[in-house]
Amino acid sequence: MTGTVDPIQSTRGPRVNDLALKIGTVNGTGSASANGLLRRAIFRMGIPVSGKNLFPSNIQGLPTWYEIRVNSRGHTARTRIFDLAVAMNPATYARDIQEVRPGGWVVHDSSWPLRAELRRDDLTFIGVPMADMCVENFKGDRERILMKNMVYVGVLAALLEMDMEVVRELIQQSFARKKALLDSNFLAIQLGYDFARDNFSCPLPTRLERMDENSDSIVIDGNSAAALGCVYAGATLAAWYPITPSTSLIDAFSHFCERLRKDPDTGRNRFLIVQAEDELAAAGIVIGAGWSGVRSFTATSGPGLSLMGEFIGLAYYAEIPSVFFDIQRAGPSTGMPTRTQQGDILSVVYASHGDTKHIALFPADPSECFHFAVNAFDLTERFQTPVFVVSDLDIGMNDWVVPRLQWDDAYRPDRGKVLGAQELETMEKFRRYLDSDGDGIPYRTLPGVHPKGAYFARGSGHDQDGRYTEDEGGYVEVMERIARKIEGAGAQLPKPVVRDAPGREAASLGIVALGGVDRAIIEAQEILAELGIRVDYLRVRGFPFHPSVRDFLDSHERVFVVEQNRDAQLRRLLITEVPFPGEVLESVTRYGGLPFSATDAVEEIRGLLDGRGSAETSMTGSFA
Amino acid sequence: MSWIAKPRIAHPSLPKNSLGLTHRDYEGGMSTLCAGCGHDSITAALIEALFELNLPPHRVVKLSGIGCSGKTPAYFLNQSHGFNGVHGRMPAVATGAVGANRELTYVGISGDGDSLSIGIGQFAHAIRRNVDLLYVIENNGVYGLTKGQFSASADVGSKAKKGMENLQSPIDPVLLALSLGATFVARSFSGDKEQLIPILKAGVRHRGFAVVDIISPCVTFNDHEGSTKSYRYTREHLTEVTDADFVERMPEITASYEAGETTDVQMHDGAILRFRKVADGFDPSDRDRAYAYISERVRKGEIVTGLLHANEEALEMHDLSGTVEGPLVDLPFEDLCPGSDVLDALQEGFR
Repeated sequence: MTGTVDPIQSTRGPRVNDLALKIGTVNGTGSASANGLLRRAIFRMGIPVSGKNLFPSNIQGLPTWYEIRVNSRGHTARTRIFDLAVAMNPATYARDIQEVRPGGWVVHDSSWPLRAELRRDDLTFIGVPMADMCVENFKGDRERILMKNMVYVGVLAALLEMDMEVVRELIQQSFARKKALLDSNFLAIQLGYDFARDNFSCPLPTRLERMDENSDSIVIDGNSAAALGCVYAGATLAAWYPITPSTSLIDAFSHFCERLRKDPDTGRNRFLIVQAEDELAAAGIVIGAGWSGVRSFTATSGPGLSLMGEFIGLAYYAEIPSVFFDIQRAGPSTGMPTRTQQGDILSVVYASHGDTKHIALFPADPSECFHFAVNAFDLTERFQTPVFVVSDLDIGMNDWVVPRLQWDDAYRPDRGKVLGAQELETMEKFRRYLDSDGDGIPYRTLPGVHPKGAYFARGSGHDQDGRYTEDEGGYVEVMERIARKIEGAGAQLPKPVVRDAPGREAASLGIVALGGVDRAIIEAQEILAELGIRVDYLRVRGFPFHPSVRDFLDSHERVFVVEQNRDAQLRRLLITEVPFPGEVLESVTRYGGLPFSATDAVEEIRGLLDGRGSAETSMTGSFA
Repeated sequence: MSWIAKPRIAHPSLPKNSLGLTHRDYEGGMSTLCAGCGHDSITAALIEALFELNLPPHRVVKLSGIGCSGKTPAYFLNQSHGFNGVHGRMPAVATGAVGANRELTYVGISGDGDSLSIGIGQFAHAIRRNVDLLYVIENNGVYGLTKGQFSASADVGSKAKKGMENLQSPIDPVLLALSLGATFVARSFSGDKEQLIPILKAGVRHRGFAVVDIISPCVTFNDHEGSTKSYRYTREHLTEVTDADFVERMPEITASYEAGETTDVQMHDGAILRFRKVADGFDPSDRDRAYAYISERVRKGEIVTGLLHANEEALEMHDLSGTVEGPLVDLPFEDLCPGSDVLDALQEGFR
């Protein structure tokens, strides 16, 4: 797909609040705080913005990029072509410069000459002697390296006409307690700012201008938001094993608990976080805790999910509440730990051996990570089955602008069907796995409650009383009930979000997607409309599928299933579980590990439409 | 029918404990293990220990992994919640359960395959976390349910029923537990109820992870000539290095012993671990010396039994984690959810 013109970037001439910039650095050089500062400053100028960190699985020395997308209309998905590159890493100069659109700009460190073969005639090169400036103004290697990052922040502030008051205020807040750092940062930014103003015509035609779009928004990553959801849902026990990109979810939970979950009188913890020896143990701990009645969860990624498989089957079959956050990364195997993907869809919903099927929620952004975390705890206790919140690295670890999170103080946890001591006292006999209400959901008891509440939870074959059985009838009875229970959950999960094509007429084309590709699809839907292609869009938010998914598929002649994995896992799931004939469902996939962009969808869908005039033609480019 | 109900007949003359309960109240379903299985003796000893401890059965939780040992929680404590999980992973489930509700009593039953092969990592890390749990290893040196393969506790030179000889060195759960810093370590024999019952009682009362390795002969696959886990071999090679008693907090009984005869260790709840007899050169309070003593005896082919190490000062998982004193499961939602005002204030930091 390289070489094609990005429709978003095809406009020329002056543009305000519509730009994509990419900063190429080396990991371990301290660029993260400078990049975060830039993104936060733009946010505080009231402009919709996103920041995506493309980082290596490494501590120090490898290339890393930070991409900032600014868009007044709120389109903040990743783009593949940039207006401006800050090329700080000689090892990636060639690639970074290649990704700038014709007519764009490259900011580079001119302390050393830029090799002639890297130059492009259609770009403007803005050389700033950053290393020289830092050697002159700062002491010590570490500070000289760190402050180069702040110099380019100053340069960008001048070039893009950022509000310097906002920048200064942010530095003040960030380094309030470290006076020496405060002064150095101010100086570095001023050096860059002044150099750019003195040597180039500022601002560039592509620049920023104050708006007021963010007064009701926050910037947050999905893992922090999910952790906050766990705190608000009343989760008290987390067990985990460190794995990128889920680690920051537990880190955030720990951070919020330290702040919000201390007993005010004793200072003791109203939570327990267990860093387990591996993901198998993490899953077992969560299940033991869920069985005992607390809201418990783990966070992991693909390899951890594979290890948890056996325990997930136990929780499914013994009907034990437990919440699993799967922050997907590129698989299979170790895959690309710091690259994003939607490759676990099938391995989540069918996790573990034997007949299993699991409830899954698919948040599209950090706001949904927060709310779905709360939903997940209610669902897992209501249905007494593991519930998965399936996020990904892009949602989990990148900074997203979302509406302020709202909390309803009237919320109370749905603990599901739990019998207390008084109810047990008056019961003739407690039968753990009996479908007494006809909804497939049995009653459970917590350990220690009452002598009549005892039962034996087991992963081995059992009958309605939880007794071991190898009897066909007793075994099948329980298995059928569990299947009914899970099927019944579909209608109680978050409903799909449908976004109709612009205009009043019904569209015959549809897109189905889930998760973090959402913003890119919304943008693609608009771009396609501008090209005269009207497409409706349904975003799946839960599995088992909500009944309205079928209605959407039924009412469109062609449906493009857009996802970030090789094997079209969502499409396969629709075919099997709606169920729906595969001929109508055409596949659009992009799974190389980078966040999805509108261009990805637009190009593929246009290709499919051009390649197939009528329904009889073959499905070029789709997964058959 | 895959389970057998046990007739519940309580004769009026049955002895009662201080709760007014009889042994029947601590029993479970009929065992489906082989007649003569060591595991059934351990079950009987556990029933006796729990009866004597006067524990309300529904306040006890029993957990197990997979294998013959994994089945046994069905054979005691009918009125207790039970959890039969996956192979070698009982320590994780127990960690979660103890994490959620620290007020209940936890009894975990494992086997040599469950603890020393598939679950050795979980066993090690539950010791490290010092989860408050009695952890019984029903150790027969063999995989019974899959018909007689050697387990990791099989001794070098031990012969399988079909004649093969084990050449790989064994993992000794007692030495392993000591080296990992376990705070309560004991070894006993399923055929020695006198020794076993007080050890089990003390293990239940120990605050932390109490490892009790119990040689428990497999009558079907490992009780033949050439086996080192047979009834005969075990009886011939036993060396009791401590004779320990467990004494509830009752001052009048303490007074009945003469000073100098015994060594007492005070447990967390005030009960006493009383060592009536300790072998020369053995010191159960010194982990390193105990380790050296036991490994020297193991090299000589002796099976050292008794309460081998107890550290009543050590902190258990909740202490180490700074958790609230009551069970997490009892915390009201109002104490857990910070509310909308806090969320609003928090979000000012996200701008």
